Amino acid sequence: MFITNYIKDVFGALKSLAVGLKRTGYYFTHHKEIITEQYPDNRDTLVMADRFKGEVVMPHNENNEHKCTGCTACELACPNATIKVITKFDITPEGKKKKAIDKLVYHLELCTMCNLCVVACPSDAIVMAQTFEHSVYDRSELTKVLNKPDSKIMEGIE
Amino acid sequence: MWSFNKIAGIVDQWLNQTFNPTWALVFEMVIVGVCVIGLFAVLGLVLVIMERRVAAWIQIRLGPNRVGPKGMLQSLADTVKLLVKEGMTPAGADKFLFNLAPYIAMMVAMLLMAPIAFAKDFQIWNMNIGVLYVSAISSVSVIGILMAGWASNNKYSLMGAMRSGAQIVSYELSAGLSILAVVVLTGSLNLNEIVLSQADGWWIFKGHIPVIIAFIIFIIAVTAETNRAPFDLAEAESELTAGFHTEYSGMKFALFFLAEYINVFIVCAIGATLFLGGWMPFHIGHWESFNHIMDYVPSSIWFFGKTFFMIFLIMWFRWTFPRLRIDQLLNLEWKYLLPISMFNILLITAMAILGWHF
Repeated sequence: MFITNYIKDVFGALKSLAVGLKRTGYYFTHHKEIITEQYPDNRDTLVMADRFKGEVVMPHNENNEHKCTGCTACELACPNATIKVITKFDITPEGKKKKAIDKLVYHLELCTMCNLCVVACPSDAIVMAQTFEHSVYDRSELTKVLNKPDSKIMEGIE
Repeated sequence: MWSFNKIAGIVDQWLNQTFNPTWALVFEMVIVGVCVIGLFAVLGLVLVIMERRVAAWIQIRLGPNRVGPKGMLQSLADTVKLLVKEGMTPAGADKFLFNLAPYIAMMVAMLLMAPIAFAKDFQIWNMNIGVLYVSAISSVSVIGILMAGWASNNKYSLMGAMRSGAQIVSYELSAGLSILAVVVLTGSLNLNEIVLSQADGWWIFKGHIPVIIAFIIFIIAVTAETNRAPFDLAEAESELTAGFHTEYSGMKFALFFLAEYINVFIVCAIGATLFLGGWMPFHIGHWESFNHIMDYVPSSIWFFGKTFFMIFLIMWFRWTFPRLRIDQLLNLEWKYLLPISMFNILLITAMAILGWHF
């Protein structure tokens, strides 16, 4: 029936509007729980949310060793060519050639923090850090080399 | 007791004693004009800060809190910023219409102030066709919007203006019909008489369900007519180009912005007058002692209290509901609000004839 549907429509609409108003009315009357971070003022006590992603970093251990094998999985996974893996060949003590990274170049200005590179990495060499104050005067400063100078691959990572 | 009415009386008496009646009238007009402009300025500042506070509270934020005590001077600082900004006119624009449009918007708002009863016996012009005047003048505001959109020489502005025009013209109908509901019950177009007719209870209580329906339709329709969210298609549909005032900057933009807020105040004042009794204190039938206690609260406080309550309602809508698309908007008006309000006015007419209201 057309009329019944029409009346149902009207009452359904009014009810759903009332539900929305009730929710925001609750927020309005419970003003004590505030989600605003007053950022520059609370820089010392600022706590980032767990899932916040600020930039890609490569952790190194105390012997200046990282876990990156130079497999370029992260480079392939990146949707907008943020990561560039430049590889070289190390000579192992046995005299064999072994693939390793020369530089892992990361363009912060292109990165959308999508986390795909971290997911793609088979050896968990890269992680997302929570730093966020990235502003600089020259965009070339945003192009970073993730592996530290003279670092080498950790033992037992293939 | 201290009241607007007495002050106005004293000023009137003094002017008539000092000057001849013509000059006294001229001076009174000037004083009224200055008062209205002052009221506009204060309302603009107060409503903007109120809007931002309500928005912040609803969204569990802090809102403005830097300028002045608790951020209360923020809108004043914004005004100063807008004053010193450059007022640009685009090269291909129709300069005359472009610069005229914001003043039309403000002028309409100013004209609408005339019949509003701010307190007991305190009105700029007690005309006997107040309601008709309000609904006639308020439809002129669409001219300012169309003028601004057309003169900007910008496709977004033109489309924004056309959307806004379609919207205002459509919603004028159900706003008018819901206003008629109270006119039918009162039997008068005079806003002051409408207020006086509510001395034994406001219409929203006296008129049962039909008047409550009329009130709901009125709120929806005036929200649309003042171009406020969820009906702010004048500003944007899905793109955020600010619709018909895309090309406006500085003080000309501020005038449009101010006119929007003043219009909100005016429609809320009209709504408060028609449905919530205007300056009439909260009276219940013949409970003389209770009514007498209520009379101790000044009438202007009742008026502004009700008006700001309605303004809060409209702000609450803005920060709760998602924006409508243009086809949904026209659908809502022509398929739902108009038939319901037509049926409702029949019901109210029958109620008025049979005397079913209190």
